[in-house]
Amino acid sequence: MNSWMVALLLLAVLSLAYQQGWSLSRRLATPEGRLHSRPAYHGSLVAIWTIAPALVIFGLWALFGTSASRAFILANLPAEIVDTGGAALQSAIQRVRAIASGFGVAGEVQPYEAAAGEALRRFQLIASATVLAAAAAFAGVSLYFARRRIATRLRARNEVERLVRYLLLACSGVAILTTLGIVLSLVFEAARFFTFVSPIDFFFGTVWNPRFSTTGAGSGQYGLLPLLWGTVMVAGIAMFVALPIGLMTAIYLSQYAKPRVRSIVKPMIEILAGIPTIVYGFFALVTVGPALSAFGASIGVDIRATSALTAGIVMGIMIIPFISSLSDDILRQVPRAMIDGSIGLGATQSETIKRVVLPAALPGIVGAFLLAVSRAIGETMIVVLAAGNSPFLRANPGEPISTVTVTIVNQLTGDQDFASPQSLVAFALGLTLFVMTLFLNMAALYIVRRFREQYE
Amino acid sequence: MTNIAKSENTDMNMSSGPFVDVANTPKQQRAPKARVTAQNVNVFYGQKQALFDVCVDVPDRSVIAFIGPSGCGKSTFLRCLNRMNDTIEGCRVEGDIKLDGQDVYDPKIDVVELRARVGMVFQKPNPFPKSIFENVAYGPKIHGLATNKTELEEIVVTSLRKASLFEEVKDRLHEPGTGLSGGQQQRLCIARAIAVSPEVILMDEPCSALDPIATAKIEELIDELRANYTIAIVTHSMQQAARVSQRTAFFHLGLLVEEGPTETIFTAPNDKRTQDYVTGRFG
Repeated sequence: MNSWMVALLLLAVLSLAYQQGWSLSRRLATPEGRLHSRPAYHGSLVAIWTIAPALVIFGLWALFGTSASRAFILANLPAEIVDTGGAALQSAIQRVRAIASGFGVAGEVQPYEAAAGEALRRFQLIASATVLAAAAAFAGVSLYFARRRIATRLRARNEVERLVRYLLLACSGVAILTTLGIVLSLVFEAARFFTFVSPIDFFFGTVWNPRFSTTGAGSGQYGLLPLLWGTVMVAGIAMFVALPIGLMTAIYLSQYAKPRVRSIVKPMIEILAGIPTIVYGFFALVTVGPALSAFGASIGVDIRATSALTAGIVMGIMIIPFISSLSDDILRQVPRAMIDGSIGLGATQSETIKRVVLPAALPGIVGAFLLAVSRAIGETMIVVLAAGNSPFLRANPGEPISTVTVTIVNQLTGDQDFASPQSLVAFALGLTLFVMTLFLNMAALYIVRRFREQYE
Repeated sequence: MTNIAKSENTDMNMSSGPFVDVANTPKQQRAPKARVTAQNVNVFYGQKQALFDVCVDVPDRSVIAFIGPSGCGKSTFLRCLNRMNDTIEGCRVEGDIKLDGQDVYDPKIDVVELRARVGMVFQKPNPFPKSIFENVAYGPKIHGLATNKTELEEIVVTSLRKASLFEEVKDRLHEPGTGLSGGQQQRLCIARAIAVSPEVILMDEPCSALDPIATAKIEELIDELRANYTIAIVTHSMQQAARVSQRTAFFHLGLLVEEGPTETIFTAPNDKRTQDYVTGRFG
């Protein structure tokens, strides 16, 4: 069953149903009996009711089809293979599927495999034909009933409005459910990790040395603090760079720049935001790191080329447009009347900005700052390349460090065994990161909302 | 030039309340000194000319009202007097505007000092999102008018008293100014303007966002302030112009049509357009 064909068929059914509803309702409209809703609404209503049951059938098949075919394969495989279980059974099922699809498999095809494959092919053919037939039957029946409902007094418009509202609700539900799914998977995997390592050792441990999964589950130390410290230090340096520059850029753009200058400068700053972070990463690695190191040597300070300082500075540059753009919007929301009031009292422009504009916009700027911090905490690529990947507790920013994000990358690249704490720790780290940014975002949103209320 | 020189006689004004019977004010031939003089003022917004050769004198310690239909240029003219138009992109002012004989548009003049001398009250009350005290203290602070806290408090209290607001807010000076009612906010803005001891106060439709009772209070206040300040007010309400001003200038399509004693403008204007406007036939 080709999914393109199905999509085309669905479209055809859709337009047929719409046309039916439209023309039927038009025929009903007589000079005496005005239609409650315009024919387009009747058409839409019939189309929706016709297509919905078919979509439900396809949806059910998409959800349960795979497990149904798996059950079918298990029934067709010899008992001794089913009993082995684990990876061997998994690969046997894969091979049967590959044979059934005609894709072919590596190695000799066993007779029982060929038989199961053939059976599966027939099963799939029948199943898809059944699904298609069922969908068509449901569509036909519901088309019939939807057509019968058409009457001059049918409130098709109200019903369509209601259905559209449910559709939109369902769409926003997708985003919420996805978030929920991610959180749940993080929580469950992290819980598995905590069966290996106690939460106290994880959250308060000062040594990070997970070893390798081959060395066994018991070995290794999983102390979060060195990573958290690295994250905080890099984010702190980044904000130290980004906040003054970004804020002053925003003040210039919103208060001083002439419209023509603004129309050129603002997009150019926003280009910074469009640069992929990996590009920032090798900019840090190749250019900024060595330059900082050379500069450090010239003033007698030992700065390593890959260090918290390098990563922090480059991350700060990356965040500048984020802060300047958000703050610019917030500063421009300060009412003109307020600025006029200050200027009318004889305040200069900078006095006005310092004493009226910034205090009025402060909550919004704090909100922007917190959003930027949560971005800095979650940033990965720059730190992977430029922070030196050295998970030790160090106070000197000129030394290499490692962060939570970098460690997640390290633990999840290469050969994986998702039953070992070495891999599972990534979920615990991810959960930590998620909770941190969640709180920062919530704080930021709360502050920004309070700021909005002031002028409305 | 004939003027109503009632302004010189301050004692009488204090008791007369907001509804001054203009027709009965005694006329004196003594012309008051002009505080602000404007000669041949032309204002352009980009290519568009908003004011054409406007000549007006603002007499000392009295109220002059600028009236006219919307878009006639009266607010634009008012904003020329303390150079608030400088903040508008593409606005160009030509002509001669003098404050006490000093050219306001002289490049050498300090705009900050000018605006301290020529205060402004806006159409919509625009208190800063600060406390009532801080709102009034704002101007004295930036101009360094108080050397210590006691002096500052004194200035704030005096200004609030002059703006007839002190009694209403004396128990909550440190609460936000934005929490006051519209009329109180506008009086707070007047107090804020008074706090820097200006000589001239410009008011751009100060009552247009207020209810009649708040309006009456502001009008009463304007009448009291006339004793010490030179006031120019833009208003859409002809009754208000008649009640608070001694002289009235009528603007139409960027032209100053007629300027003279308020009673003359409202009872026996020279120009047909003024006649039509004040009798409500257009605008």
